[in-house]
Amino acid sequence: MESKHVHQQIAAMRQSFFDEEVLDEKFSQLEQLEGKDNPNFVEEVFTMYFRDSTAFLETIEQAMKTIPIDSIKVDNILHQLKGSSASVGANKVLKEVNKTRQVLGKGNLEGTKAGILELRKEYDSFKAKLEPYFQV
Amino acid sequence: MKNSSGGKGSMSTASSITTWKAGDVVPVPDQFPAGLRVLVVDDDPTCLIILEKMLRNCSYDVTKCNRAETALLKLRENRNGFDIVISDVHMPDMDGFKLLEHIGLEMDLPVIMMSADDGKDVVMKGVTHGACDYLIKPVRIEALKNIWQHVVRKRKNEWKDLEQSGSVEEGDRQPKQSEDADYSSSVNEGNWKSSKKRKDDEDETEDRDDTSTLKKPRVVWSVELHQQFVAAVNQLGIDKAVPKKILELMNVPGLTRENVASHLQKYRLYLRRLSGVSPHSCNPNNSFMNPQDETFGPLSSVHGLDLQTLTATGQLPAQCLATLQAAVLGRSTAKSSIPMPLVNQRNIFSFENPKLRFGEGQQQHVNNNNKQVNLLHGIPTTMESKQLTSLRHTSQSIGNVNMQVAPHGAQSSQNNSSLIEMGQPLSRVQILNDSTVPLSVGQPIVPNGIAANVSTRNGIPENIRAPGYNLVSQTSSILNFPMNHASELPVDSFSLRSTPGMSDHTSKGAFHGDFNSEIKGSGGFLPTYDVFNDYQYKSQNWELQNAGMILEDSQHSNSLQGNLDLTQSVLVQQGFPSGQINGQNRSVPIVSKVMFSAGDSTEPGNLLNVNHHLNTIRADNTVRVKSGSVADGNPSNLFADHFGQEELMIALLKQQQGIAPAENEFDFDGYSLDNIPV
Repeated sequence: MESKHVHQQIAAMRQSFFDEEVLDEKFSQLEQLEGKDNPNFVEEVFTMYFRDSTAFLETIEQAMKTIPIDSIKVDNILHQLKGSSASVGANKVLKEVNKTRQVLGKGNLEGTKAGILELRKEYDSFKAKLEPYFQV
Repeated sequence: MKNSSGGKGSMSTASSITTWKAGDVVPVPDQFPAGLRVLVVDDDPTCLIILEKMLRNCSYDVTKCNRAETALLKLRENRNGFDIVISDVHMPDMDGFKLLEHIGLEMDLPVIMMSADDGKDVVMKGVTHGACDYLIKPVRIEALKNIWQHVVRKRKNEWKDLEQSGSVEEGDRQPKQSEDADYSSSVNEGNWKSSKKRKDDEDETEDRDDTSTLKKPRVVWSVELHQQFVAAVNQLGIDKAVPKKILELMNVPGLTRENVASHLQKYRLYLRRLSGVSPHSCNPNNSFMNPQDETFGPLSSVHGLDLQTLTATGQLPAQCLATLQAAVLGRSTAKSSIPMPLVNQRNIFSFENPKLRFGEGQQQHVNNNNKQVNLLHGIPTTMESKQLTSLRHTSQSIGNVNMQVAPHGAQSSQNNSSLIEMGQPLSRVQILNDSTVPLSVGQPIVPNGIAANVSTRNGIPENIRAPGYNLVSQTSSILNFPMNHASELPVDSFSLRSTPGMSDHTSKGAFHGDFNSEIKGSGGFLPTYDVFNDYQYKSQNWELQNAGMILEDSQHSNSLQGNLDLTQSVLVQQGFPSGQINGQNRSVPIVSKVMFSAGDSTEPGNLLNVNHHLNTIRADNTVRVKSGSVADGNPSNLFADHFGQEELMIALLKQQQGIAPAENEFDFDGYSLDNIPV
């Protein structure tokens, strides 16, 4: 059955997210918030998240390229990212954000750059995983 | 209510607790905390939308903003439109803490900070800036479910403040009362309420004034009147009871819709408180009383009862009072104090009522004049009436009055509870509650519960009266207990005393009202008063005497009086040893204290007020109290002569005996005092 198959697919994807710790329990909470009146709530949230986070990351990357690097600004954005990622349950992304923030906090700009690259990677992969999930 | 509960969406009753101040809306208190109006501020749209969703799931009424400026604008244009604010710390246009400060200063709403940052210093900053809570992102829905507690707590505190200020406006509305804060002259935190009320009242009840030309001569919700009120409310159904219909049912000439509205408000609060307390607490009344008894001692029992009442009014949820009363009744052993509990309740209620009344008040006083006795306004008159009547009859001692009051008080307390809930002097109750019942605790919510309580209380009062005042005393003790604790408790005591309506008084802080109410209300309440006195001032004879009087009064009414020291009652009747009484507010043992404590500073004045009130009450009492006897007869004397707090108290008590006092007290808050022609 088409739908059944799709459901299974969805379920499998979802489960893999949790297994890989790409998503944490916050995600389930969001799912619980979904109801009859807004069945696509989770999807909406993630859409917003991706949109904003993509913008944030770009801003960060830009900031990292400027000289001197405005670390406060970067930190602020990272803080933002931290909040949103945590709220949606983007586990791995969140971890990267925190790591990067720590490094930045120590003043290690190079390390921060590396961290941001990692973060970007993680984020992109996260997005790549989630988007099809929602499309299904 | 003024609150434009529509502020946000005029939530459903929950937030509307305050809204129904003017009795214009009949909120459904039992829905609380549903409908709580929340304003969420966060620049992160993802978080914002998630929060909004979660809050909606908690049945709250949510408005979201992504900018602090917008949030402030919204708050400013709709001052009463929100109950609580949740704000992010890091925002681009304004620092979250700054926003926090603004809100605290301008609107005095509870604010919860949140952030992904969980560093200790940031959290500390939140605390120092006055945030009532701090949430770490990601915010869990469980954390949001309980945010209503902050609203309630704040209201309670404000209420107390209001009471203290004596201007129990009964604005139990939301803690918008920043201004009220200054009221807290004494323990009466209830001021908040008053202040709020005042604000609210002023806004709303402009017409009130016209009735009495100023807030004064508020309708005195005598026991009888209150009973009528309660009967009408019960007939209509607590949820459907609208001032208009109540007014019609009551069919009391001279009573205005506003009077009823404000009284209803108080009553609701009272009920709420009662229900909040959860009937369980009521049961422990006995237990409460017990503890109190211990504390207080024999008198305490009586006092305890009063305390209960007071507590109830102020803090103790009506339920507690009910319980107390029940306890009292059941106890019968409790020294005649039983009446006290009832009284307490009434007081509490009355306390509340007065508050409410005050707000709306003034018109009420018109009615009140006659009904002055109705201190208990809020109090389920049923109880009161019965008790009061008994009290009245027995009014032998002032205590009678109290007793009656007590029942009334009990009722009132219930009402008060509800009233209190609004914003009541929960704090007060708390104090009282120490030993007794966490009645007040329950306040916030359960308005419905209160209704239930009320009924219980009503039932109890009757019982109490007969069986035992003891219960009353216990209650008193309970009440007293707090009183003792907090010498400051006065606020609480206030509740005790005024239970009948005094509760409001408490908030008044100005103890006047309370005092009066307490004393008066204590008609049944007296016992409480005594309690206070006893405990606190055991040394002071007068106090005891008063207590005795109170007890007696209450007892008389309840017929329990026997418990109370008749001798004491004698004192009361005699008009207390002026020496003792007069001078002291203190002597007034707890009661005075209580009353005055609330307005410690005001005491002297209070007494006067009280006296006046008492006197006035007395006059009214005669009408209401019927018994007019007991102390009442003297009450006027008492007052006049003594004026000391004690006297007032006694007078009040006496008045209460006439039952009216109870009511009067209630009025004291706002009304009677002024009117007292002393």
